[in-house]
Amino acid sequence: MQLQYFLILAAALFCIGIYGLINSRNAVRVLMSVELMLNAVNLNLMAFSNFLDPQTIKGQVFTVFVIAIAAAEAAIGLAIVLAIYRNRDTVDMEQFNLLKW
Amino acid sequence: MDLAQGVQTVSFGLLSLMMIGAALGVVLLSNVVYSAFLLGGTFISVAGLYLLLNADFVATAQVLIYVGAVNVLILFAIMLVNKRQDFEPIQRGWIRKVATAVVCTGLFALLSAMVLTTPWAISATTAVGNGAIVAIGLHFFSDFLLPFELASVLLLMALVGAVILARREFLPEQPLDAGLQQTPVLTLPERPRELASTAPGSPERTITGSPGDRNA
Repeated sequence: MQLQYFLILAAALFCIGIYGLINSRNAVRVLMSVELMLNAVNLNLMAFSNFLDPQTIKGQVFTVFVIAIAAAEAAIGLAIVLAIYRNRDTVDMEQFNLLKW
Repeated sequence: MDLAQGVQTVSFGLLSLMMIGAALGVVLLSNVVYSAFLLGGTFISVAGLYLLLNADFVATAQVLIYVGAVNVLILFAIMLVNKRQDFEPIQRGWIRKVATAVVCTGLFALLSAMVLTTPWAISATTAVGNGAIVAIGLHFFSDFLLPFELASVLLLMALVGAVILARREFLPEQPLDAGLQQTPVLTLPERPRELASTAPGSPERTITGSPGDRNA
């Protein structure tokens, strides 16, 4: 078990998250991709905490903060998706051009 | 974690396969409900990887918060937004897919090269293990006290904001009073009774009449 394996795994998860974030048409799937990217970051932090700083585990503290903020982000994001769905009657990301001039 | 090296390696392989496969399913499947359930599989695999990294508390928090709260919230959102529609294909959409795939592969290659060439300062001390909860609690109430309190304020703000954003705003459909419909258009709807009870030649009554004596 080495640090590099976990870091490469987290990089793969992050890249999958980026792909889904850009290519998804459904707005809920975009939020799922954001969650994937946050999990990749958490995996990075936990790997660093275990291998580089195993006594004062500050990486785990950071991971707990990231989990709390991810929960808040999911709640706000899904509320925004619901509000847009009520206004526009679609969840297609291509039709959300409210801020496009 | 007191597992043998072979057990750790096999567990890591299985969990990483599960995680990557479920993450690819989240991104690539067409049905969004399957994506939501596979997202739960990804979260559970990540929790297993946390167990391999000697972090029991964070693995438990991962299962509780991500699988128990965030994934259920996403499933509720899918239920509330259950519009079965086929997205109409956009012009030259494959360019974006191919470009994103190329960029993501390149980013992954870059990150892998960076990870493999960096000389990491691996610490030789043993992990804190079961004392992780005590260590995290000490961090929360000593040197991470301000971020801890800010996180609680942030969660409260997110709660209020989510309620306000997702609330359905009802418009009143019935008129407030039956006599409201006979009033002229230009009068304020708050004072129909003063207009009905005063003669048209006494304007001071209308001016001095506060909204409070509608109930008088």
